[in-house]
Amino acid sequence: MDIFIQLTLTGLTNGMILALAALGFVLIYKASDVINFAQGEFLMIGAYMLFAAIVQIGLPWTLGIVVTLIVAVLLGVLVERFVLRPLIGEPIISVIMATIGLSSLLQAVVRMIWGSQPKAFPAFIPSTPVTLLGATIGADRLWAIAIAVVMMLLFAFFFQRSREGIAMRAVADDQQAAMSMGISVKKVFAWAWSIAAMTAAIAGALVANIIGVGPHLSHFGLRVFPVVILGGLDSIPGAIIGGIIIGLLEAYVGGYIGGGLNQVISFIVLVIILMVRPYGLFGQEIIERV
Amino acid sequence: MISGTFHTSYQADMALRRTWLERLRLGLFIVFILAFPFLVGKKPYPIFLMNQIGIATIGAIGLNILVGYTGQISLGQGAFMAVGAYTAGILTARFGVPWWLTIPIAALFTAAVGALFGIPSLRLKGLYLAIATLAAQEIIIWVVTHWEAVTGGVDALVVPPPMVGSMRMNTDFRFYWIIWALAGLTALLTANLFRTRYGRAFIAIRDQDIAAEVMGVNVFAYKLLAFAVSSFFVGATGALIAHYRGIVTWERFTIDVSVLYLAMIIIGGLGSISGSLFGAAFMTLLPAFLTNLGRSLRGVFPAMDEFIPYLQQASFGLVIILFLILEPEGLKKIWDDIKNYFALWPFSY
Repeated sequence: MDIFIQLTLTGLTNGMILALAALGFVLIYKASDVINFAQGEFLMIGAYMLFAAIVQIGLPWTLGIVVTLIVAVLLGVLVERFVLRPLIGEPIISVIMATIGLSSLLQAVVRMIWGSQPKAFPAFIPSTPVTLLGATIGADRLWAIAIAVVMMLLFAFFFQRSREGIAMRAVADDQQAAMSMGISVKKVFAWAWSIAAMTAAIAGALVANIIGVGPHLSHFGLRVFPVVILGGLDSIPGAIIGGIIIGLLEAYVGGYIGGGLNQVISFIVLVIILMVRPYGLFGQEIIERV
Repeated sequence: MISGTFHTSYQADMALRRTWLERLRLGLFIVFILAFPFLVGKKPYPIFLMNQIGIATIGAIGLNILVGYTGQISLGQGAFMAVGAYTAGILTARFGVPWWLTIPIAALFTAAVGALFGIPSLRLKGLYLAIATLAAQEIIIWVVTHWEAVTGGVDALVVPPPMVGSMRMNTDFRFYWIIWALAGLTALLTANLFRTRYGRAFIAIRDQDIAAEVMGVNVFAYKLLAFAVSSFFVGATGALIAHYRGIVTWERFTIDVSVLYLAMIIIGGLGSISGSLFGAAFMTLLPAFLTNLGRSLRGVFPAMDEFIPYLQQASFGLVIILFLILEPEGLKKIWDDIKNYFALWPFSY
């Protein structure tokens, strides 16, 4: 029973962090129909920026987080402006390849600046062990879950109530109608990419807090794909629930079956979902099948 | 277009090279390939580079069949090459199968694996296929690194060098002929593929799959066939790599390799055999060029040495993005523009 609780909490932590990164991914897809293969790199850059701010520049961690978020917003805006906007109207393979190229470029830039060795991340969230329901878990994981939940509530509020959030939902629904209502689609795209970069950065900071910062973080980000396929590419609640399911699944498989299967189980699930229910749990059934 | 060309038979009209100028260019290219090792005085490094280009060309042509001609996105080439390489390596190293037999066997096996992964993915379109092949890449590499009884896990698999008669093919010079013969064969097979109904079905699927289905092309079956044919050539590439390099490790077949091959065909030109060659040459020579550039700049930037591998990776990504924005049809389009300019010269305006 102890192991079960332990695995559940570990799985929940990873799951919520993945859900946070997946949130940004779904946002970009909903707003601009683009699959962002560089989401893992956004996550990694967020973690590295926080590392640079806290360790290399020596800012207090609150200020470091603010700096990281600003850089993430900037990154999103730049990517949208210089990589995505010239490709509007091009076939989808071009856009996908552009994000793949971007992921290569970002990885290389990060390695150039910080080297490819993993570095110890200063735990700005203390990892004192906490006993909960009979299982011991680091407090940083509980904080990660809490922070992720808070972020999701914030975004839910943003989309329901704020002007920009409603504008984004309008553009995701029907671009032409939104344009005719006076919504600036370009601004919404920029917003989408910035928010995606921000959520990825926060997710990256949370992950790095637990496992340290290094180029392997972008591989963590690759697991966003099973999450969004499971949840549905255009569904935000799907991203959250998919994240939790994938996180728990990996934890249970790792704990009860072992053998390294947990690294690949999420991708096997992805293939199975594509066979059985390609639009995921909550996605819209608009996938053309020929 | 050259004027004054009147074909009087179907054979002449459907020939791969229809005018004397096209035949001349092809002839010059073949002469260049045949003479190249002697032109560089049999020095190993240039021949090594050309071997790399030749091997990459076979893989790029294979991938272009799937992506350029059939319009399906695949991120799994690295893993399929690993399948081909490990199959060939295991057949030769453990069972003593002669190398020239392992290449078709490995290619066929890879085609089967490709078809297997194609079945769930090919009912979907575009982006979903990319994600599914990404999953295939991860799963296959995981299987390769964990199935230690068969593949040796993360250890390198050593492959003895191939023998032709009594001659050991262990120099770049000797392998050059094998590689480029196979590359030529691949190009010929592919060019002929697209003169058959199967090839035309692939192109129809790329252009308008719903119309193709209406016309009676069984889209799912032909997509599966395209996947299998493409995986055949990609597996053959992997097998060649296994024999050429002499060792097989999983690190040579990660997702970066998949991205590299996609870059090759996008930069070279989708849906074209010469485009595959251009792209393969470009992406093979780019790191070599950057390494030399870095070395010559060492005097100015002493820290350049550590940057060079990252510079290569950064340049890959940057080059992909720049080509997509500035010349989405790739180097083939640039070459076509040059040819067309001279076709109408001096009235090329």
